[in-house]
Amino acid sequence: MEIKYISKEGLNEWFSQIVKSGKRVYAPVRERGQVEFKRVQALSEVAEDYIQTTQSIKSSVFPRAEVLFSFEKENGKVAVEDFNPDAVKETVLWKVHPCDAAGFKPLTAIFNWDYKDKLYNTHLEKTTLVTFSCAKADNSCFCTSVNGGPGNTAGSDVQLTMMPEGGAIVEILTPKGEALIQLAVSAFEKDKGEDKSKYLVDVPKVFDVEEIKARLATAFDSPVWKEQSERCLGCGACAFVCPTCACFDIQEDAHGSKGKRIRCWDACGFSLFTLHTSGHNPRAVQSQRWRQRILHKFSYMPDRLSVLGCTGCGRCSRACPVDMNILEHLISIAKK
Amino acid sequence: MDKLRERAAALLADGTVALVIGYEEGTNKPRPLFCHTAEDAGKLIYDSRCINNLAVYLTKKELMGTEKVAITATIPVLRSILQLSVENQLNEEKILVITVTEQGELKEFAGFAEIESYIADFQLKLSGKEQEIIEKLEGMTREERFEFWMKELSHCFKCYACRAACPLCYCTKCIVEENRPQWINPWAAPLANIEWHINRAMHMAGRCIGCGACGDACPLGIPIQLLTRKMMEDLGPEFGFVPGQPSKNGNALSTWKADDKENFIR
Ligand code: SF4
Ligand code: SF4
Ligand code: SF4
Ligand code: SF4
Repeated sequence: MEIKYISKEGLNEWFSQIVKSGKRVYAPVRERGQVEFKRVQALSEVAEDYIQTTQSIKSSVFPRAEVLFSFEKENGKVAVEDFNPDAVKETVLWKVHPCDAAGFKPLTAIFNWDYKDKLYNTHLEKTTLVTFSCAKADNSCFCTSVNGGPGNTAGSDVQLTMMPEGGAIVEILTPKGEALIQLAVSAFEKDKGEDKSKYLVDVPKVFDVEEIKARLATAFDSPVWKEQSERCLGCGACAFVCPTCACFDIQEDAHGSKGKRIRCWDACGFSLFTLHTSGHNPRAVQSQRWRQRILHKFSYMPDRLSVLGCTGCGRCSRACPVDMNILEHLISIAKK
Repeated sequence: MDKLRERAAALLADGTVALVIGYEEGTNKPRPLFCHTAEDAGKLIYDSRCINNLAVYLTKKELMGTEKVAITATIPVLRSILQLSVENQLNEEKILVITVTEQGELKEFAGFAEIESYIADFQLKLSGKEQEIIEKLEGMTREERFEFWMKELSHCFKCYACRAACPLCYCTKCIVEENRPQWINPWAAPLANIEWHINRAMHMAGRCIGCGACGDACPLGIPIQLLTRKMMEDLGPEFGFVPGQPSKNGNALSTWKADDKENFIR
């Protein structure tokens, strides 16, 4: 890893070179009272002074709806047009938080578990992540309790830590990051030897994830699931804003003799998610679906994929209409 | 608040009800609370920050069980209860409805009829911000309005939180999940989104009680409550109902009467 410094002007220069290079640049933008990742052309469009975007960057590698293949039947013959990796554009995600970058690890594990997903891996290969370490947090954030942190570089290609005068400490972490720096080498200066940690927000560690894992191993029949989930509405808001939730559904959009097979988001919190054709539903009530959400992230994924399914971004807690606060629930599980 | 807690605790202690649904202080905002014991009742709160529509839980079998349940109801919750009752979704015997009046008095309703006369005094009001958007929309041409909604709805990622939070979206199988035939494309995309929202609005026509829970639940800030709200105002005069009062004439789209002025069906 290499460390450099970039001034405010340098940052502008670098950003405009990235845009000029033809890569698509997505960054947080304030619009309609929300801050969300949008395609941008200039640094001035990028939002400032917010804790977090409502949605994660998940959709850049796992779109809300994506065509797996399309088909057409003519004179008894079927022509199939497969997903074309060459059509996927190079993308830079700018001003991503470390908890979102960390979310790509569990997603990658899921999409390469027993089968290497061509779509997901293509998007990932063509994506460069420029993260900004966090100088601000709120009471929904708990990255430090799930092995992350406000200056965590896991998953980042480049990480910037902003300094009061508008410049930044630049950590170049991967070859992809290096290639991005190469677009405006002269904009970067020598490392000033500043300590990055001084500019990071303090997110206290509030539970021990190993302890949670150990408790969950025997908690399948615990009354805790019913207690915690009574007010849960079973909407998909928590899953849809989550950087690591990857439930999907496969649908067909067919008209006459042609059509498309589409993969779209789904959520294990929906009552129909596990409904069988027979009418039987193995997760018939919301408490079982809530249990699935927690166990999947903190027990099944660590066991099977050696990765946690939660990065402590706190989005689910902020988005939940009935204030199901995952941090509060995890703390109560740790204490049981 | 003390009176509410005391009463709820007493109802639970003497077994009059098995559950009291109310509000408690949450981590980010007040939230629904389920009290099973007199002790739980100590957490109850009731103030203007309590905006979740608790009536949404009254149609959930897994939560309600078979015993009597008490609910601390705000005005929108009272309206929802009446509409649910018109739609035969509630058993009056099994629900004890409690409210706190503007004077801070505890009020227990003897039955749904009493709720009806109570809420007749309350006008359905839009918030200043909602009124502003409505006025803006009314000043637009048809095309501009369509453009506005296409843009707003293009953000929708189909989490269905709006549906889940609505007390009147209680169907166990929703049209968006029907797949034989598939009426509505289930994925999130501009056309598929507008299909979903037009359908939601249509299904709420004449039933929406204007609580705004759908809009409050939307994580993406889509003012989705205005679609159903406007529908309610537009249909009111035609179908003979008053916004904010239960619609005894049923769903505007599924009722038919011999004296309907349209004659295409005869
Ligand atoms: S936890 Fe909240 S956001 Fe998630 S399904 Fe339940 S009500 Fe919806
Ligand atoms: S479960 Fe919640 S806190 Fe954890 S990564 Fe997902 S949205 Fe963030
Ligand atoms: S305002 Fe929204 S949540 Fe309330 S009844 Fe109408 S559609 Fe349902
Ligand atoms: S809550 Fe918002 S994002 Fe979710 S389905 Fe409804 S309108 Fe769409």
